[in-house]
Amino acid sequence: MSTTIAQKRGIGSMLWDYLTTVDHKKIAVLYLLGGGFFFIIGGLEALAIRIQLIKPANDFVSAGFYNELLTMHGTTMIFLAAMPLVFALMNAVVPLQIGARDVAFPFLNSLGFWLFLFGGLLLNASWFLGGAPDAGWTAYAPLSTTSPGHGVDFYVLGLQISGAGTLIAGINFLVTIVNMRAPGMTYMRMPLFTWTTFIVSALILFAFPALTVGLFLLMFDRLFGSGFFDASMGGNSVIWEHLFWIFGHPEVYILILPAFGVFSEILPTFSRKRLFGYTAMVFATVLIGFLGFMVWAHHMFTVGLGPAANSIFAIATMAIAVPTGIKIFNWLFTMWGGSIRINSAMLWTLGFIPSFTIGGMTGVMVAAAPADYQYHDSYFIVAHFHYVIVGGVVFGIFAGLHYWWPKMFGKILDETLGKITFWTFFIGFHLTFFIQHFLGLMGMPRRYWTYGADQQLELGNVISTIGAFFMAIGAIVFIYNVIITTAKGEMVSGDPWDGRTLEWATPNPTPHYNFAQTPLVRGLDPLWIEKTEGRKGMTPAEPLGDIHMPNPSILPFIMSLGLFIAGFGFIYQIDDPRWLIVAIVGMGILLGAMFIRSVKDDHGHHIHKEDLEKGAGL
Amino acid sequence: MSENTNSTTTDLDYKKAKKKEEMKQQVVTFALMIVFTIIAFTMVTAGLDKLFVIPILIILAVVQVGFQLYYFMHMSHKGHEMPSIMFYGGTAVAFLTVLTMLVLVWW
Repeated sequence: MSTTIAQKRGIGSMLWDYLTTVDHKKIAVLYLLGGGFFFIIGGLEALAIRIQLIKPANDFVSAGFYNELLTMHGTTMIFLAAMPLVFALMNAVVPLQIGARDVAFPFLNSLGFWLFLFGGLLLNASWFLGGAPDAGWTAYAPLSTTSPGHGVDFYVLGLQISGAGTLIAGINFLVTIVNMRAPGMTYMRMPLFTWTTFIVSALILFAFPALTVGLFLLMFDRLFGSGFFDASMGGNSVIWEHLFWIFGHPEVYILILPAFGVFSEILPTFSRKRLFGYTAMVFATVLIGFLGFMVWAHHMFTVGLGPAANSIFAIATMAIAVPTGIKIFNWLFTMWGGSIRINSAMLWTLGFIPSFTIGGMTGVMVAAAPADYQYHDSYFIVAHFHYVIVGGVVFGIFAGLHYWWPKMFGKILDETLGKITFWTFFIGFHLTFFIQHFLGLMGMPRRYWTYGADQQLELGNVISTIGAFFMAIGAIVFIYNVIITTAKGEMVSGDPWDGRTLEWATPNPTPHYNFAQTPLVRGLDPLWIEKTEGRKGMTPAEPLGDIHMPNPSILPFIMSLGLFIAGFGFIYQIDDPRWLIVAIVGMGILLGAMFIRSVKDDHGHHIHKEDLEKGAGL
Repeated sequence: MSENTNSTTTDLDYKKAKKKEEMKQQVVTFALMIVFTIIAFTMVTAGLDKLFVIPILIILAVVQVGFQLYYFMHMSHKGHEMPSIMFYGGTAVAFLTVLTMLVLVWW
């Protein structure tokens, strides 16, 4: 009945539904679409970089354009691809895993997404408006403060807006996990993905303000004539580096910890064993989050902080290898003696373990401060961070998408295509980046647009470029897989993997209130406990009653649009003060929407018990 | 039934006593905070050595923030573990940031 209604709906009402939605499951889809879009853009930029470097003294792109490409590749992949894709998984899964009907602040959830999207669009609008930012994704001053044109201004405003969205999303998940767990779901019964989301949200809360402050200072230096990073005006450019890395180092843990969480969900499910060393895994996650704040200066060993500071940060950095090692061994022990099923999700997990371990090992190498003087700004560093970010985060996202696709879209992604994706991407990944370790050791510096024919760097770069195309093929096959599955795939049950955690207790498709009755959690892997005792579903913790749900709202979209418009005003007011009008109009739209939100009472709606029994909201 | 009523009255008495105790603490801390503020102002106007005044001012300020949080904003009550963790976590990060700026950038 309800499905026929859904099919008859026009594109317009479907679009309106997604523009106004506050449902965490639909926001997850939006994050997936937005993140996927920017992932493709960032990937195309990467391909352009690799084509430029395929032969010595190549002129595929100009030097200036190459700087824009590498800046935007890094910025896009970190802020606009990896983060939203991670948020897509969090939104899709975490409320279900803790037995909640939605996140704590559904309105803010939607606002977080639209801020991210409009920030990303503002940043990428620079391509068409006189050139993209070209000071590297780290935007070190004074390069960033003196970069001509408006490129870096777009970087500042775009990241400021999308960063606000991320901060909002992080706070939302913190409150959700603290307050909205189902009865019986104590902290030490939370699934690992929820735990990592929790720690990551705390990291976002503490790390992003440093970026916000840094970006504001940079904005004032570039647009309003201040001199925070200008030595000739009494400023200090190293302040930017500190602020950026106080944010930037926790940021890489913000990306990798959810991936760890994904693998910690997949391995128990497909090994049919509970996670080995659950307590140690939680402890290791907390420890990584804690240590993540004490190591930022290892990005700055060559700045000249002195031997004492360098030693402290080197030792703190090496200490992180300990909790990470605990995790690696626990994953291996989880598989030990289990009845293992190997499918696409599991393949990504198995591929992750050695790949990430290589990245971790080179991480300890570059953490040794004296040795880092050799590695610094060479392709060795490029190889290292791609091993941890692609081999960790991207593998984690692919694994999570294959694992939770039936929960998000009701259909299992095609296994054959999934395996083709994995093998082409996996081989391509190692082909691209393994050789870069040696290119770095041979002296190839990062961020240079070309190299000489007499430097013996050609073979390594050719291999690397071939690998990049393998990765591109893998990504294309994945997109094809998504399309073919959506068109031809068959709907599966709510629990296709014989899962252990609460998200698999909901039917397929998941009703928009998630659980008709809040489930009672009786231990770790709550659904598995019920299954071992012969029950089919969860024991409810409450009688069937009316369900209170939030109303959809277009205001988050309008607020973000206002900031997007204001961004252009702030960027161009330096050329012509009349652009301030645009900034004022944009901020007016934002404030107007906030005012409406404040004065208009919106108590949400109820789904009545009688309607629930008839299947409302399915 | 009568037992039940009794327990409610004792409960009420207990709550009343607790509220009274709390009120007393709030008044005491409020008075202390005023005293601290007077001390701070007199120290500055008395023109004492800066090296002596500034550390004392900082200590007084920290104690006042503590009073504010624990007696007026009820952080001493149960159920504030998570806010405390977040609060001290944030303070630690902010402290580390300021310390960096002092030790690594300016000195």
